[in-house]
Amino acid sequence: MSLQGKVALVTGASRGIGAAIADTLAAAGAKVIGTATSDSGAAAIGERLAQWGGIGMVLNVGEDGAIDALIDTIAKEHGDVAILVNNAGITRDGLLMRMKDEDWDAIMDTNLKSVFKTSKAVMRGMMKARWGRIINIASVVGAMGNAGQANYAAAKAGIMGFTKSMAREVGSRGITVNCVAPGFIDTDMTRALPEAQREALVQQIALGRLGAAQDIADAVDFLASDRAAYVTGQTLHVNGGMLMP
Amino acid sequence: MENIEARVKKIVAEQLGVNEAEVKIDSSFVDDLGADSLDTVELVMALEEEFECEIPDEEAEKITTVQQAVDYVTAHLNK
Repeated sequence: MSLQGKVALVTGASRGIGAAIADTLAAAGAKVIGTATSDSGAAAIGERLAQWGGIGMVLNVGEDGAIDALIDTIAKEHGDVAILVNNAGITRDGLLMRMKDEDWDAIMDTNLKSVFKTSKAVMRGMMKARWGRIINIASVVGAMGNAGQANYAAAKAGIMGFTKSMAREVGSRGITVNCVAPGFIDTDMTRALPEAQREALVQQIALGRLGAAQDIADAVDFLASDRAAYVTGQTLHVNGGMLMP
Repeated sequence: MENIEARVKKIVAEQLGVNEAEVKIDSSFVDDLGADSLDTVELVMALEEEFECEIPDEEAEKITTVQQAVDYVTAHLNK
């Protein structure tokens, strides 16, 4: 129960990696607020987290003012956010030659700009508290590239650069900023891939299997805890040895 | 209303973690009170909160001493 009394905000917590992170932090004692883009998604998160006193809320990261409003509401009702996990993300895959501006912009707004906005919004509370954890979910693709994901890879690599700059800015205030970069994890996102492609992927993984959402959640749990107090500006790769940067 | 100078000094002392007695009207946040760049940003935010005003970045940069903060608040509160 190392996170007892800390308010944790996890974006994109309705399924997959985000859901595992929200559950794990809640089980570790944090007061978790998990977000989803729909009312029904938020309600489902609330039901799941209820056993630990967590709640679900609606957040559409692309909506103007939505992030600031959410952080304000959380501060008033539960206290300042101490642990922020930027997990919400989308894909708009396609070969570059056919990639539309809208596909690029959608990924940049949802996957990268949202990280800037949420991080900025929680900064004041963390500065006052002289304690904070920001954990950004990047991707192995941001470090190694992937055909058909130029937009996604650019946003995820952007998150890593952002993380390092922020870590330098706020380190003196006891705030750490890190990334977790998942490899291929068994979620709805990767289940959508054709069987042949999945098998080809597994061939590249030293451990010979896809990861589980819990593998990522455990890494996040570590970075959120006091055990990781001296770790900042890093990208923790959790990919079964698929990439060894 | 409480004296603006006293309120500014109190906030400066709280934000920078110094004794209120050390905060003189001509104290420089960085040179005399040991503030770093983050402290000055936090200080401006605290002043904005206390005096319910918004200090634009280009004005905030010019506020480097207690006197300047008092002057800014005095000038903008009367408007």
